[in-house]
Amino acid sequence: MRYSGLKIFTEALTGNKGWGPNWRQPTPKDTYDVIIVGAGGHGLATAYYLAKEFDIHDVAVLEKGWLGLGNVGRNTTIIRSNYMLPGNEPFYELSMKLWEGLAQDLNYNVMVSQRGLLNLFHNDPQRDSFIRRGNAMRLAGADAVLLDQDGVRRMYPFFDFDSSRFPIKGGLLQPRGGTARHDAVAWGYARKCDELGVDILQNCEVESFIIEGGICKGVETAKGSIRANKVAVCVAGSSGHVMAMAGLRLPIESHVMQAFVSEALKPVIHGVVTFGAGHFYVSQSDKGGLVFGGDIDGYNSYAQRGNLPVIEDVCEGGMAIMPMIGRARILRAWGGTVDMSMDGSPFIDKTDIERLYFNGGWCYGGFKATPASGWCYAYLLANDKPHEVASKFRLNRFKSGNMIDEKGMGAQPNLH
Amino acid sequence: MRKGWAHSQTCIERHNNMIIDHPLLGPRDAREFVYLGDASLMNRPDWKDENAAEQFYEYLYLRTNTMGEHRELWYHEHGDRSWLVVTRHTLTHEITKVELARDLGLNVGQNK
Repeated sequence: MRYSGLKIFTEALTGNKGWGPNWRQPTPKDTYDVIIVGAGGHGLATAYYLAKEFDIHDVAVLEKGWLGLGNVGRNTTIIRSNYMLPGNEPFYELSMKLWEGLAQDLNYNVMVSQRGLLNLFHNDPQRDSFIRRGNAMRLAGADAVLLDQDGVRRMYPFFDFDSSRFPIKGGLLQPRGGTARHDAVAWGYARKCDELGVDILQNCEVESFIIEGGICKGVETAKGSIRANKVAVCVAGSSGHVMAMAGLRLPIESHVMQAFVSEALKPVIHGVVTFGAGHFYVSQSDKGGLVFGGDIDGYNSYAQRGNLPVIEDVCEGGMAIMPMIGRARILRAWGGTVDMSMDGSPFIDKTDIERLYFNGGWCYGGFKATPASGWCYAYLLANDKPHEVASKFRLNRFKSGNMIDEKGMGAQPNLH
Repeated sequence: MRKGWAHSQTCIERHNNMIIDHPLLGPRDAREFVYLGDASLMNRPDWKDENAAEQFYEYLYLRTNTMGEHRELWYHEHGDRSWLVVTRHTLTHEITKVELARDLGLNVGQNK
């Protein structure tokens, strides 16, 4: 079924009886060409591009609960391509280009809103490093604009520009950055996957891998064993737990990251603002709530909820740049489990076990990568070699010395 | 799964934040500490071993990343600056055991 204005119009006149479910509830087949473990944004995107771009339709996406209940529904919906290193930036720029056409491609309103993403700086060295990053972005085909203090003041006159600790001296703006509706991304991909013949198997938790002679032949699930030519794991957050079932240790720790929404306010923040020095970033949803977050809690966790000190810390960060939000009340707070990798960058790669593939390590930045992650993972599964823009996301890069460490933090996952 | 969830609810009721029961100083708020990671970081490989490079790669970069009871290193930065080995559940955040890393290290040394 194709959604359109005409469809809405005719349905309105005929009692809205023509709408059906967006996807089937199929029973698992015995074998598939490709099994994707994890029906989150990345897993569903992978299945979609496998079917659409690479003509592989015999695909199952396995999900332990309901689709889209993990990090694709827990993030703060920001999309951007403002990375610096050559291993990262072309990948995220591909993602941004896919975002720009995603609603048309999926025939689903994913509400991509390119309202501009602004990173604030507070001193000269920081300004220098932002100029460097902006130039790197433009070399990779992205957009970047350096704003001085007046430029920021014109956009957000209510910031505390003269704060004695972090006076705001300007910012790096990516005008094409912005937000998207995160649940719609999962639903839109799922709907299209289903149309293309992909089986989405919900409540079908993977309990172990079938590995015979060093070759992965399928998975044992809550609904029985399912065999496949290739098994592609895509469960960022739970990567450590799932890959342990295949006997693999990863350069990843699982951490909890919290996010928050305030009560609905009148429109005030029209873009996305990040205050890196105070560990705070914010945007405003169409419903009016301030959507914000900050640092990860910093200790290993699979609990999907965090502790109070980080909530206090994040809110202090918000107060530091926007003292006026002090009276706004927090409506909701929640946590998600993120794969923190050893250099802050992700993995899209084969594993040492033949026909077992791995996608994960997205740290706190997986949402913006969703389309490109799916595209490049599908490319890897179809061609057995990495896509050009994802060729550095290898599992063995720590052994070979090819880390992609944007922040230069070293092998300390909770600092990335 | 459900059992773990119910359990975590009682933990929230018991304390609003993680409390680490320091062997010398008693119960302390977790925010006095800095977190390092898996307690296996105490077992530094021997540089004289034949496959030392491989061992150091695994030591530095690979993690077991346990879902369940996790032994981990916390540093009491805003306190007595001792290293602790805390046993904590990564699904519920419940802390079941706290030891001085120094004691454990000495034990290993004496049994060598």
